[in-house]
Amino acid sequence: MIISLAIILIFQLTGELLSRLLDLPLPGPVVGLCLLICACLMRPALADKLRPVTQGLLSHLSLFFVPAGVGVIAHLGVIRDYGIGLALAICVSTVLAIGSGALVFAAVARWTGADDPSAMKERSDD
Amino acid sequence: MTDPLLIWSYLAEGPLLWLTATLVAYLIGDRLFQAADRQSWANPVMIAVFLLALLLWSTGTDYQTYFEGAQFVHFMLGPATVALALPLFDNLPRVRKAAFPMIAGLLVGSGVAVLSALGIAYHFGIEGEVLASLAPKSTTAPVAIGIAERIGGQPTLTATLVLLTGIFGAIVVTPLLDLLKVRDWRARGFAAGVAAHGIGTARAFQVNQTAGAFSGIGMGLNAVLTAIIAPFALKFFGQ
Repeated sequence: MIISLAIILIFQLTGELLSRLLDLPLPGPVVGLCLLICACLMRPALADKLRPVTQGLLSHLSLFFVPAGVGVIAHLGVIRDYGIGLALAICVSTVLAIGSGALVFAAVARWTGADDPSAMKERSDD
Repeated sequence: MTDPLLIWSYLAEGPLLWLTATLVAYLIGDRLFQAADRQSWANPVMIAVFLLALLLWSTGTDYQTYFEGAQFVHFMLGPATVALALPLFDNLPRVRKAAFPMIAGLLVGSGVAVLSALGIAYHFGIEGEVLASLAPKSTTAPVAIGIAERIGGQPTLTATLVLLTGIFGAIVVTPLLDLLKVRDWRARGFAAGVAAHGIGTARAFQVNQTAGAFSGIGMGLNAVLTAIIAPFALKFFGQ
């Protein structure tokens, strides 16, 4: 587990270095993610080694957003000052973006024959 | 016996108390989420944030003090982002096959997220710094803050708007896409990642691994595209 964690941190560190050295528009962890995919492509055994730890991290991804989320409460005053406009902008645009993005994705998948029957939601699912 | 107030001030200064409180609040949130049959309105982040805010308020603790303890949990966002490589790697054949749908979904989802948010806020008379802070609200927090700084926004306000967007998106995504009858897990996850970044991705992983993988890609691609389109969108609204 410690080895896996160290490997993940090394990828994050390398990503952080590259992101800053090359002035990339992506943050270090995202560059680290890309590097790790490349590494797994070259050595699939690496993926099997890391999988238990990455699954543990990702199954509780929500937890890691909690400290920053508490900061929202500290800044709720700003939201109150701009009130309804800001609240509507967030809610309506999020609904529109999710709806349009998903519908367009699904439509283009049908047109280009990129349908994937194994990735369909069962009607009885959540 | 030592004065309880002394013990309290000792504990309130260190990370132990706030780290424990964060984990316990999350566990309660996760329990309630499970008890609510994993319905998206019982979002564990939202419940935990609410409980912790209540605790901070009732003990008169400021956010700075809390965050010094909770930053260990916050730090794990980085390694968790790197860990997204695994589901992406596992879904690579699916990802290759879905290149065109992803490009189309990204352009539309990302464009609509930025333009509709700016349009609505502008209509309500919001301008300048606040409008600039709103532009990258669907982007993952570290990138959003970088974009906001470049276009004249305010970092703390941006972080707040980003988190509110993520929590709202994670709550609406399931009922909304059921209503629209989108059954493709790839489309569902991808749109959640584009519009609601990491919190949307966390929600997607709660439901389906393929949705989670595509959500991670949506989040990453949207970060790049928003960095490019946000300055132009802002100019469009005369800022």
